[in-house]
Amino acid sequence: MIGLLNPRARVLMLVLLAALIAAPLVADRYLMSVLILIFYFAYVGQAWNLMMGFAGQLSLGHALYVGLGGYVSALLWLKFGIGPWLGAFAAVAVAAAFGAVIGWLGFRFGIEGVYFALLTIAFAEFTRIAFDHIDYAGAAGGLFLRVEEGEWWNLRGGTLLFYYLALALAVGALVLTAFLARTRLGYQWLAVREDEEAARALGINAFRAKMTAVLISSAMTAVGGVFTAFYNNNLFPSRVFDINRSIEIILAPVVGGLGTVFGPVVGAFILTPLGEALTALTGLFGINTPGVKGAFYGLALMVIIVLKPSGIWPWLARALRLTERRP
Amino acid sequence: MSLLAVEAVSKHFRGLTAVDGVSFAVAEGEIFAVIGPNGAGKTTLFNLIAGVLAPDQGAISFAGERIDRLTPDAICRRGIGRTFQLVRPFPALTVEDNALVGALLRRPKVEAARVHAHEVLRRLDLYDKRHQVASALTLPDRKRLEVARALATDPKLLLLDEVMAGLRPAETDRMVTILRALNRDGGITILLIEHVMRAVMALANRVLVLHHGAAIAEGTPDQVVRDQAVIDSYLGAEAL
Repeated sequence: MIGLLNPRARVLMLVLLAALIAAPLVADRYLMSVLILIFYFAYVGQAWNLMMGFAGQLSLGHALYVGLGGYVSALLWLKFGIGPWLGAFAAVAVAAAFGAVIGWLGFRFGIEGVYFALLTIAFAEFTRIAFDHIDYAGAAGGLFLRVEEGEWWNLRGGTLLFYYLALALAVGALVLTAFLARTRLGYQWLAVREDEEAARALGINAFRAKMTAVLISSAMTAVGGVFTAFYNNNLFPSRVFDINRSIEIILAPVVGGLGTVFGPVVGAFILTPLGEALTALTGLFGINTPGVKGAFYGLALMVIIVLKPSGIWPWLARALRLTERRP
Repeated sequence: MSLLAVEAVSKHFRGLTAVDGVSFAVAEGEIFAVIGPNGAGKTTLFNLIAGVLAPDQGAISFAGERIDRLTPDAICRRGIGRTFQLVRPFPALTVEDNALVGALLRRPKVEAARVHAHEVLRRLDLYDKRHQVASALTLPDRKRLEVARALATDPKLLLLDEVMAGLRPAETDRMVTILRALNRDGGITILLIEHVMRAVMALANRVLVLHHGAAIAEGTPDQVVRDQAVIDSYLGAEAL
């Protein structure tokens, strides 16, 4: 089911990883910034994929966890001088607490599928409105982190620092997903995703399995929030908690392949460069069309759903014979 | 001592009494069948035992412990495995992974669980198809996969909800052979709800007949098919 990589594919993956590690030697700042975006979307896509692709719980409000992670770590840094490495723990705790509340409400009261997704959107929207009015966090005017040459261990640094951090996050999430997919918990998620009643008949505590998925997913996504806050150096409620951010997060795993380990990575590598190229192109011709990226993503989603409904990765793995052959 | 004891259990749906004061006991090592016409309350009774529904009155005990307020997953962990009348394997998972999910209940390590899943699949003639996706299986294979998955959880009691329905006679006989072997060699107690009298007669030690939610007869298969009330309400004269 998971499709273990064959030796040839493993070598290929290691070569790709080595190329990405060496990329800053040759890549310019623009290319690096695109790669950082790719890694970021591969990372948060992986977090979302654990919850939707594996445990089958649709969240359309993952921007909530990004925003909370960003705000908690930025506030700790600005107000108390607590650096992001430590602040990330607080960010994770706060986001996981929100995830626990959403999960408990949804799973305890049988709010499923689309209705559960609406619940996740509602929480993200409420939180956006709340942050619009919290003066301590800059309200609608947002938060700004000073761009100063600081200590690298406080995530004050240049593109190179964020490049390697984003790469580490993306690889770490990939390894974690590959590990979880081979554990009892991973199989319980699949069972719950496929048929919850049948899963319960096999002794699986479905509530606990789904709750674990939400907790891990929200915690991981919060770390992505810490990253964006310190990389972009600013936070606005209307930007970070926006539903468009939540949709951006789900695109890479949907296009790459839901419930697959490499899907989010493949999706991010395809979509992000295309989106960025589109922005650059329209800028080049002086066309000011703010919605063009969104329209492109929408189109990409439709094409994928029609042509390769299970995503690019399963098809790619078969076409390039990357997974182990079975009789 | 009986492994499963159902005592004066009733279940109402609004005005309808689906199960009406039914009592019976299944001894350890027995193959016990519940038969009856459509709408007799067989599946409701089954769901009461499996924890999908809670009885309005009465008590259900398993191995001396009350289970009638437990959730389906807790009941499975106590040692009751079940199949579904309308089969519901995990469609996107392989045959092997379907069985693996069941095997993981008592084996936290995936590799140990996989070994057990293979054993179970061999017993149900599914080992050669273990890499197929469950949604690609034929109905007889899916029926056996349901049994395999439940069996992989190492149940003391196996609840089978019409596993013979839709099978051809030869497939039914194969299933009967498999179940008898599980009972004899594995020491697994079996409670089956069944329409296919051919299978009931071949398998069951004792039979309970339900009609309009109430038990109208209980006994060995031979006794039950000669019972006048059973013939009138269910079997009809041609069954003999």
